Amino acid sequence: MTPSASTPPPAPPPGHDPDRRSFLRSSAAFAGLTALAASLSPLRELGDYTSTEQFLQKYYKEMTPEDMKKVLRRITNEVERQYGIRPHVRDLRPMDGVEFVYALNLTRCIGCRKCVHACVAENNQSRSPEIQYIRVLKMPHGSMDVDKGNHTYDDKDVPDPGYFYMPIQCQQCKNPPCVKVCPVNATWQEKDGITVIDYDWCIGCRYCEAACPYWARRFNFTKPEIPKDRLNPEMSYLGNRPRKQGVMEKCHFCIQRTRAGRYPACLEVCPVGARKFGNILDPESEISYILRTKRIFIQLKEEMGTSPRFFYYFDK
Amino acid sequence: MITAARNYLVFLRRSARIAFVGDWRYYAWMGVLTAITLLGLNAYAKQLVHGLVVTGMSDEVSWGVYIANFTFLVGVAAAAVMMVIPVYIYDNEELHDLVIFGELLAVAAIIMCLLFVTVDLGRPDRFWHLIPGLGQLNFPRSMLSWDVIVLNGYLLLNVHICGYLLYCRYQDRKPAKWFYIPFVFTAIIWAVSIHTVTAFLYVGLGGRPFWNASIVGPRFLASAFTAGPAIIILALQIIRHVTHYRITDKALLTLRSIVQVSMIINVFLLVCEVFKEFYSGTTHSESARYLFLGLEGHHALVPWIWTAIGFNLIAMTILVLPVSRGLKYLNVACVLSIVGIWIEKGMGLVIPGFIPTPLGAIVDYVPSLNETLVCLGIWAFGLLCYTIFLRMSVPILQGRLSQANEGQPEIQGDEPDTPASFATPAPH
Repeated sequence: MTPSASTPPPAPPPGHDPDRRSFLRSSAAFAGLTALAASLSPLRELGDYTSTEQFLQKYYKEMTPEDMKKVLRRITNEVERQYGIRPHVRDLRPMDGVEFVYALNLTRCIGCRKCVHACVAENNQSRSPEIQYIRVLKMPHGSMDVDKGNHTYDDKDVPDPGYFYMPIQCQQCKNPPCVKVCPVNATWQEKDGITVIDYDWCIGCRYCEAACPYWARRFNFTKPEIPKDRLNPEMSYLGNRPRKQGVMEKCHFCIQRTRAGRYPACLEVCPVGARKFGNILDPESEISYILRTKRIFIQLKEEMGTSPRFFYYFDK
Repeated sequence: MITAARNYLVFLRRSARIAFVGDWRYYAWMGVLTAITLLGLNAYAKQLVHGLVVTGMSDEVSWGVYIANFTFLVGVAAAAVMMVIPVYIYDNEELHDLVIFGELLAVAAIIMCLLFVTVDLGRPDRFWHLIPGLGQLNFPRSMLSWDVIVLNGYLLLNVHICGYLLYCRYQDRKPAKWFYIPFVFTAIIWAVSIHTVTAFLYVGLGGRPFWNASIVGPRFLASAFTAGPAIIILALQIIRHVTHYRITDKALLTLRSIVQVSMIINVFLLVCEVFKEFYSGTTHSESARYLFLGLEGHHALVPWIWTAIGFNLIAMTILVLPVSRGLKYLNVACVLSIVGIWIEKGMGLVIPGFIPTPLGAIVDYVPSLNETLVCLGIWAFGLLCYTIFLRMSVPILQGRLSQANEGQPEIQGDEPDTPASFATPAPH
């Protein structure tokens, strides 16, 4: 910027170089606007960041069935445009008399991480950067202290003698700290016990990620990338439909499967049967039997008062 | 009614006009700030397109320098009350006319706070989800919803108080007490609340033992009441250097005693925290160990926190010694306190809360270049706002810009009050 008024002005000589001054003023304004436009130029690549329909979309719990139909149609079209596959997107609601609970047998788990990858494939997580909901810790015998766990073990063969393996994912707490802190109610607990996220309502403040004592939540730091031939077309609104950049996601007990009467993907793939899942309100279910008969089962970080619906137990 | 509206519009137009005139130093300063602001805007545009991947943050350390600066600036904003309290509760005359400068600083700081939170959002386009009535503000359960309310409320309170007092001065009439005194007292309590609520944002997280400590709130206040008045001490000296506005040394020394006491309390609370973390030796002090000593070969924050502690201790020593009655030493102490507290409250509070993660992983965090540019841009924009506020308010307080001289040749730079054409001499 040119110092147009640099000369000491006290003696007011009106009309002294008015042309020069107005010329300087307009060129400064022009330079300023050019610089502003230049600084905003990256926005040209913004692309399909959002759409009017999505921007104005209502909150999940306030949508009428009609609204939801429209939204599901929009999502279907968006996915088809982006991936070339027409998905089957549903809004599956919780069933009456069902409360889902998970149990994991630490004696059996061999740390093969098959659950981690089955989860990524089932739930349409970003492959680059890869987002995983399950973290398997390699733990030295004798301790449940996660600080002692190895997150990045890279052994040729598992299990490694002297260690046990502890997979950790969303614990679907009865008293979830993540839900409490969300400033816009974008995450809540459903009546079947699953804590869900409305990906179209989340503002991406990541307060829930800071609040979770199990490090179960993940953020889309950039636009998720899924190869077209890897997309799972069987989708649910609160579950595995593709996410946008800038929102949170996490394990939802494979809502698109479990609310349709199937097991979660991580359970189905487990080669040693370490994972058990079912309806705790049904006394005849396998999960009820396990929690009734096992002498010891553990809720991770019980002292947090979160009361997880995810239990760890041992055979011997 | 129409005349009143017209007068107010003329006031706004003349105040806006004066923000664009000044001497060459003013243009150079504003030019530099504008350039840095635009650099920051450019960096933010890139972040908007590519996502927060352009920052140094990760799922492990999910808040970084944005939230760190936000936390520091909430303190600066809250500290404006440390000038208001002496004036309105203890009738301190020296500070009386200077209160406005403190409150304008609060306004600029809150603007920066709001910008820092906005740039931290993954989906800024969905900000309207926070608006009660339109969206779904999770009040009163989420502490973040409290923060949204108290910060915006504080902004409105201060804008009202400053705007009203300045407009009265412009019209050369006595402000109606009922129209600002209740707001001043509300603002005093409100200032404490903005910082307490911001502290509770962290304190409320049971899964993060480093934050889940009741000392965080008191430490926030003590450090804010140190760094805030320290910034005001420096700002006042700059104001009296570049304008002809009269600010007495006595006013600066009143602020000195506030900084002095607050710094002693701040250091004492630090000692309390360090003792608790290290003497008990539980596994809950891993974050503190990472911060002060380093953990399993990760030492990213260690040099920072010891610099901060060193600065704070030196500043405290200078402040308690009589030498700090001299402005040279006082200024050194102020700069050391500001930098020390900025580190301690930013990098020293936000980052170690995430390390190790709740599952025990240790992942370091270093802000990226793009992230740093966004921060610099917001700081430059905040300074730009503060400069403009001062540029408008100083001539009004001096009586050089008033309704009385409407229609006369407009002032250009900061001429000394000698020219006879300006009827009203400076106050005092």
